[in-house]
Amino acid sequence: MLKLEAVEVAYGHIVALTGVSLRVLDGELVALLGANGAGKSTTLMSISGIVRPRGGTLEYNGADLSRASPLDIVGLGVIQCPEGRRIFGGLTVLENLRMGAIRRRDAGAVRRDLDWVLSLFPVLGQRRHQSGATLSGGEQQMLAMARALMGSPRLLLLDEPSLGLAPIVVQAIFQVIGELHRRGVTILLVEQNVRQALAVADRGYVLATGRVILEGSGARLLSHPELEQAYLSAAPGDRR
Amino acid sequence: MSALELLLQQLINAVSIGSLYALMAIGLAMVFGILRLINFAHGDLIMVGSYVALLVMMLGLPFAVAAVAGLAASTLAGLAMERVAYRPLRGAHEIAMLLTSFSVTIFLENLAIILFRPTSRPFPAPSVLRSVIILGKLQVAGLDLIAIAVAALLLVALTVFVRSTNVGIAMRAASQDLLAARLMGINVNRVVAAAFAIGSLLAGVVGLLWSARVGKVDPLMGFNPVLKAFVASVIGGLGSLPGAVLGAYVLGGLEILLQGLLPSTLTPYRDAFVFTALIALLLLRPNGILGGTEREKI
Repeated sequence: MLKLEAVEVAYGHIVALTGVSLRVLDGELVALLGANGAGKSTTLMSISGIVRPRGGTLEYNGADLSRASPLDIVGLGVIQCPEGRRIFGGLTVLENLRMGAIRRRDAGAVRRDLDWVLSLFPVLGQRRHQSGATLSGGEQQMLAMARALMGSPRLLLLDEPSLGLAPIVVQAIFQVIGELHRRGVTILLVEQNVRQALAVADRGYVLATGRVILEGSGARLLSHPELEQAYLSAAPGDRR
Repeated sequence: MSALELLLQQLINAVSIGSLYALMAIGLAMVFGILRLINFAHGDLIMVGSYVALLVMMLGLPFAVAAVAGLAASTLAGLAMERVAYRPLRGAHEIAMLLTSFSVTIFLENLAIILFRPTSRPFPAPSVLRSVIILGKLQVAGLDLIAIAVAALLLVALTVFVRSTNVGIAMRAASQDLLAARLMGINVNRVVAAAFAIGSLLAGVVGLLWSARVGKVDPLMGFNPVLKAFVASVIGGLGSLPGAVLGAYVLGGLEILLQGLLPSTLTPYRDAFVFTALIALLLLRPNGILGGTEREKI
């Protein structure tokens, strides 16, 4: 279980998180929602050990994440697929996937996972020797997710996987997210695409100005008047 | 000597000097690619390796032993430099890292002056390195051919390394996106140390070839090579390994070309012409020959 309790993060004098508390149980798909600047990515970066909280506790299965290095956190099976894809453009598709599995030692299991992610995203198999920079935006997002999956995540942190993609690609990405959830991968999903995220999520949290303002099941959140007011109205582009 | 032979002779000179610049420039480019650090102290690794090799020879041991000791010393010095001077500055501003590299240079050079006196000492390379090979009407220094062959071998080995080993691919990955590399569980400290170790080993090789070429060592001998290597990597595109190698051979060619073409009254000012050409190149291609558009690093 991932447990965040009153996590505070500041970048210099700018406070990004004023006290975020949330839980993700094993096997759950939890959506983390909120407008731009609400603190969603900062929350994920603090879980991954990239930014250090100045207060609160972060735990994953009893391990204290606030003291662990990013390397150790990946070692715990907590793997982030970052916003903006951040694939290695100068590396081929296969090299990108190899980097996702770099800390793993079981070559047989890595090979099986490679076959598996290439079956989830067949287009990556066709492009395996192309450099990442030559892929389309949708293919790059698929590569970013496939690369994260090559790390054999027990908890997958997905940051805005649908951002800037064509509706048909978004559909494919969400299909894979649903498939991962059915396979038992625990997922914390950051999305601006509220309706689609809550359609697949078990539960959701809504962040605003660095703290959780709402939490609950997808249906409860979608019908909540405050969600409409605090969040959907702030980002009219996300209304669907 | 016919025009063709003259051309061949100069070509060998150009490739030979370019090879030395290339081995130096790779070390600079590897480190810059990952850390955005221009490590001016890289040149002093040449000096460290050469002095250690000289000391071992003064003990009466054969050149081969001295060479291995010199290479080991360069490599260890590079690793120590990273660990002591640069790792604590990880994530600091680029200017802070640049100033630190100047401090490391000043420290190492003055340490060498205190330990070995400021004057130069003869570097007794074995006779095979000083041989001259006669090919028809061409006179080729054995050392030139050795430099070319050694550089070619090392460049091939390095290419295999960065293309097919986990550490090599991780090095390229980290130089493209350090944050993504950390999120994937790439051990950045190990990758950086590997970059320093490889670059320092290559600097050690350059040190041996350079000292054998000029026949002496002195505490400030690393300055000129690192400056040339820096220019080479700027020509090729800072941070790009193929760019560094290409830039090194372009620079070597340009120097030899100017040496041959300039009237003898102007040859002392050869470097002024070289740097003028560099300025012209940077006006046309600000990121170097192989440098792409500027990327944002976080």
